[in-house]
Amino acid sequence: MHPQRKKRLILVLLVLLGVGVAVALALGALRQNINLFYTPTEIASGVAPQDARIRAGGMVVAGSLKRSADSLDVVFDVTDGAEQVTITYSGILPDLFREGQGIVALGRLNEDRVLVADEVLAKHDEEYMPPEVAQALDKVEHMKVDGVYTPPAN
Amino acid sequence: MKWTFFHKLGSPKWFYDISGRWLPWFAAASVLLLAVGSVWGLFFAPQDYQQGNSFRIIYIHVPAAFVAQSCYIMLAVAGVVSLVWRMKLADVALKCAAPIGAWMTFVALLTGAIWGKPTWGTYWVWDARLTSMLILLFLYFGVIALGQAISNRDTAAKATAVLAIVGTVNIPIIKYSVNWWNTLHQPATFKLTEKPAMPVEMWLPLLLMVLGFYALFTVSLFMRMRLEVLQREHKTRWVREALEKMS
Repeated sequence: MHPQRKKRLILVLLVLLGVGVAVALALGALRQNINLFYTPTEIASGVAPQDARIRAGGMVVAGSLKRSADSLDVVFDVTDGAEQVTITYSGILPDLFREGQGIVALGRLNEDRVLVADEVLAKHDEEYMPPEVAQALDKVEHMKVDGVYTPPAN
Repeated sequence: MKWTFFHKLGSPKWFYDISGRWLPWFAAASVLLLAVGSVWGLFFAPQDYQQGNSFRIIYIHVPAAFVAQSCYIMLAVAGVVSLVWRMKLADVALKCAAPIGAWMTFVALLTGAIWGKPTWGTYWVWDARLTSMLILLFLYFGVIALGQAISNRDTAAKATAVLAIVGTVNIPIIKYSVNWWNTLHQPATFKLTEKPAMPVEMWLPLLLMVLGFYALFTVSLFMRMRLEVLQREHKTRWVREALEKMS
């Protein structure tokens, strides 16, 4: 390669490397702020601020969803496998909200460490499958854990 | 190693001839792939067990997002070639690809918002994936605006090349945002090392759509670049001859 071109190529790569390192450091420093939500473990250990609006995310615990008979109020627990957080919400839940599904709730923690949410968003995973396949997989799963099957809500 | 192919790329006339020969093939391929892929995906692919029919927007969303990111990588490669080898055709490619990439990014963001409302419950959320994709759109705007703002062609080419190269830092951030941070957006369904988390009757039409989008991108890029080459070389003999042949 022509020495002058080589010099320019090295210069370009150095600039890219420099910018890359700078951005990596910035993102590393902002790590917690970029996360969309706090996990139940972070809330339980006090990482999440007590009197600010925060997002909490996790899986809805099966059987924890309680709906009020005469209003849109709902109470449910979310878990990340280690800790649980109770969330109260008043409003219409997204279509994908169901027990065992991941959700993200935006709200404030009250004194009892219950998240009073004013927005609940449903997460979905990267798996897609036709309904028949999902039913077939479900059946196999029930045979494995014989007896402790809880029918899916809604 | 033979560099003849690379050196030929430096000749606008060579590009004009070869792209003219390839253009009909890419056009036919994109029409065919997009027609078959969209009909298959929208009418015949099975619906999703959780999202029902609303997941079908994936057949636009994912191809647009793929092309948006690939296009930016292409801008950066063209930028390096332009800065290091001073190849005029690389400037043309960079200038012509940027608006197409911006539109693809816009389509990906728009379809994502439409998809987000019924599934997540919101059009927009400031999570890492969505935000980094929005930054990609702004980078495209930056490349376009910088090229327009500087009237000297060589200076404009240099400035846009630098911005395109520096902006590639965002591409791995988009790709890995769903793994590095917790986001509302789900992780990737398609990984190079694993089987797709989707049955074949769902991903085959998606593959056709992705290939169709790449073909469509190539067609529009070639058309824009051919026009730009004609404009830039309008004083040369081969352009006059080519224009005479057309009329």
